[in-house]
Amino acid sequence: MDADCGTQLQATVQEAVATKTVLRIQGGGSKNFYGRVSSGKPLELHKHRGILNYQPSELIITARSGTPLAEIETALAEHGQMLPFEPPHFGPSATLGGTIACGISGPRRPYTGAVRDFVLGIKIINGKGELLKFGGEVMKNVAGFDVSRLMVGSLGTLGILLDISLKILPKPQSELTLAFQTSPRQAITLLTDWNSCPVPLSAACYDGEQLRVRLSGSDTEVRVTRQKIGGTEEPDGSTFWERMREHRHDFFNDTAPLWRLSVPPATAPLNLPGQWIMDWGGAQRWLKNPLPAEVIRETVVRLGGHATLFRNGPRNGQVFHPLPPALLILHKRLKSAFDPHGILNRGRLYAEF
Amino acid sequence: MLTAQTALLDKQALLAALSEILPAQSVLERDEDLRPYECDGLTAYRALPGVVCLPETVAQVQKILRLCHSMHIPVVARGAGTGLSGGALPLPDGVLLSLAKFTRTLEIDLHNRVARVEPGVRNLAISQAVAPYGLYYAPDPSSQIACTIGGNVAENSGGVHCLKYGLTVHNVVGLKILTMDGELLELGGKTLDAPGYDLLALLHGSEGLLGVIVEVTVKLLPKPERAQVVLAAFSDVASAGEAVAAIIAAGIIPAGLEMMDRLATRAAEDFVHAGYPADAAALLLCELDGVNEEVSERIFEVRQLLLKAGATEVRTAKDEIERLKFWAGRKAAFPAVGRLAPDYYCMDGTIPRARLSEVLTRIAGLSETYNLPVANVFHAGDGNLHPLILYDANKPGELARAEEFGGEILELCVAVGGTITGEHGVGVEKLNQMCVQFNSTELAQFHALKDAFDPKHLLNPGKAVPTLHRCAEFGALHVHKGRLPFPELERF
Repeated sequence: MDADCGTQLQATVQEAVATKTVLRIQGGGSKNFYGRVSSGKPLELHKHRGILNYQPSELIITARSGTPLAEIETALAEHGQMLPFEPPHFGPSATLGGTIACGISGPRRPYTGAVRDFVLGIKIINGKGELLKFGGEVMKNVAGFDVSRLMVGSLGTLGILLDISLKILPKPQSELTLAFQTSPRQAITLLTDWNSCPVPLSAACYDGEQLRVRLSGSDTEVRVTRQKIGGTEEPDGSTFWERMREHRHDFFNDTAPLWRLSVPPATAPLNLPGQWIMDWGGAQRWLKNPLPAEVIRETVVRLGGHATLFRNGPRNGQVFHPLPPALLILHKRLKSAFDPHGILNRGRLYAEF
Repeated sequence: MLTAQTALLDKQALLAALSEILPAQSVLERDEDLRPYECDGLTAYRALPGVVCLPETVAQVQKILRLCHSMHIPVVARGAGTGLSGGALPLPDGVLLSLAKFTRTLEIDLHNRVARVEPGVRNLAISQAVAPYGLYYAPDPSSQIACTIGGNVAENSGGVHCLKYGLTVHNVVGLKILTMDGELLELGGKTLDAPGYDLLALLHGSEGLLGVIVEVTVKLLPKPERAQVVLAAFSDVASAGEAVAAIIAAGIIPAGLEMMDRLATRAAEDFVHAGYPADAAALLLCELDGVNEEVSERIFEVRQLLLKAGATEVRTAKDEIERLKFWAGRKAAFPAVGRLAPDYYCMDGTIPRARLSEVLTRIAGLSETYNLPVANVFHAGDGNLHPLILYDANKPGELARAEEFGGEILELCVAVGGTITGEHGVGVEKLNQMCVQFNSTELAQFHALKDAFDPKHLLNPGKAVPTLHRCAEFGALHVHKGRLPFPELERF
């Protein structure tokens, strides 16, 4: 089933350049709901799949973009390793390429790092139909601009991802979830306190009543910390975090516009109507709210954050937070540097490119 | 191109305009005042800048950039000048923009565990400023006493703790930069991400080619409860390499994992008397940190792994003083090796760790061919190798031989699947090797990216990314395995 479709894909892009055809890049389709709607001729990547190199003792894996995320996670689990950014799948068809292009990280993000923190190298086809390789399979690499990390979260607007190399980490020996009945303000205070001393947190979420935290580390580290911070042990902690990560928690079962607010973690509970849930130790707040986008965005900007219309609501407006004029100009220039004919996922990120 | 050693065309007009922006003592233009700026940490390359500017406010930097932009004068930004690849080498026809006066800590936000600092704040000074709160800034390049955070971002500096705690890019959450036309951009902030492309990541390691960094927001970490270091001696380098792989395969991510070969170990021991076993062919330092009980368990585990891999001696530092002594030897390895010869040339390739033994054997072979000794210091955990080539610049031809030797080492790193630079940057030093690591389409993509930020090519021009013509010329001198690189380009 594994196959290298790089050459075919390159030919398709070159043809699209010649015929000025806009392409809509398609992986497993699990994150079609994300970003702006974009039209164009579908370019299927799911056949370009397979793990190319996995060396557990080197802490690296390289795989083709169409490789199912589940296949990669299974291979890593066999050696007691994991993708450190705990990516959401949002469906069984999720691929590695889509994960990198969307750049969405899971509950472990504030403590272990984001998708972009673990990308070491990348092979892409740019909008001119050129095959390019940046970075590699080594942990430290400062030769040339860091195009690999630039691709993360760019939603396919700069290049078609072919192969991706990632740094991976060993799975913690032990994990434990603790729950605390607490008020919103108290939840933030507790998190702030734990964050300023060496507590091995790996996830923290507050649903309006319960603060749940996950501890990860060696058996000893988890046991010692558990004694220090108290709380009630959640019997099925891993299921809880998986439900949070995959948006299968009851909160997400809704057709109302779902906003993702990225704010400084210690920000007090937001003065906005609507149901909310706090993840990432306070740095990521989910809000269900039919208010106009401007009202939400103004509030968040005052707090030093930004807001994304993550799911539902109109998908043809400003889904991502509007950029200041100078940054928007720079984005357009970068887009032309990689895709001068504007044929890759046009409008998926911002309407202007 | 560096060869364009033309002097400033209209120095008087520039000085007159600068006098409107800066007080007289903040503009240097006489040879004796310019001399301290003629090179950075890579002293083999020197040039006097046209003018040095020492602004102290963002508004001043903005005006200087706008002025240079309108007069078409190139600008080289400089922090502490500790860089090792000539990234801050001045241009005779340009302005050297020193950010040395930007030394204020603007905010320490304990709730969000970040500090907002100016670019000229020294790396170590950040950790010192937040130490009273039990916090620190993780990346610790060896030059941390002197190097500045702005320079760390420009080079994406590493250090001995980056296997566990990451590089600069993993520890900076926000930047304010000025583009060449004087536009102030905010990238990131106190949040964990920002809308749009990840320009925050892109700026890291961009070597001053994309923007001038005027503010940095860094992530602060709580100091671990305990740190402990184990020292192990090996009678051959291969076993030491196997020990490293065994530790990582066991699911342990040490806070630091460093290796030195015989020559580096001896030099360090003679220099700082760290208590290293002088007869070891390879020395490994493995630091574990975390909660007290956890560290004790891990130390036991690591000791077993080291012995199993064939360590001839394993020692755990008996107290904090001995731990610091063990590290002092490693951190002083460069100056220690520097005592063995009048000059040394430090390389910075990164390799897949599994190829270590093979690479070191090949380097030993090259050392004989070039008749120049080499000492190896290795960030073993992340594969970053620092071969130090010893030479004497006063002996005719030795510098050229050292450079050629160094070039071959870097090409060897690329050949085994690694990179020419792990943390020191390309600067002016590794431009030729960039032609080996990247093909002409990739280099053209880098140039297009640079154009998006700086269409007039005025920010640190001629550094980090070679022109295609340069690569064609280099390729003509340098045919690999019978294949001519850049066959599609005309030869000159």
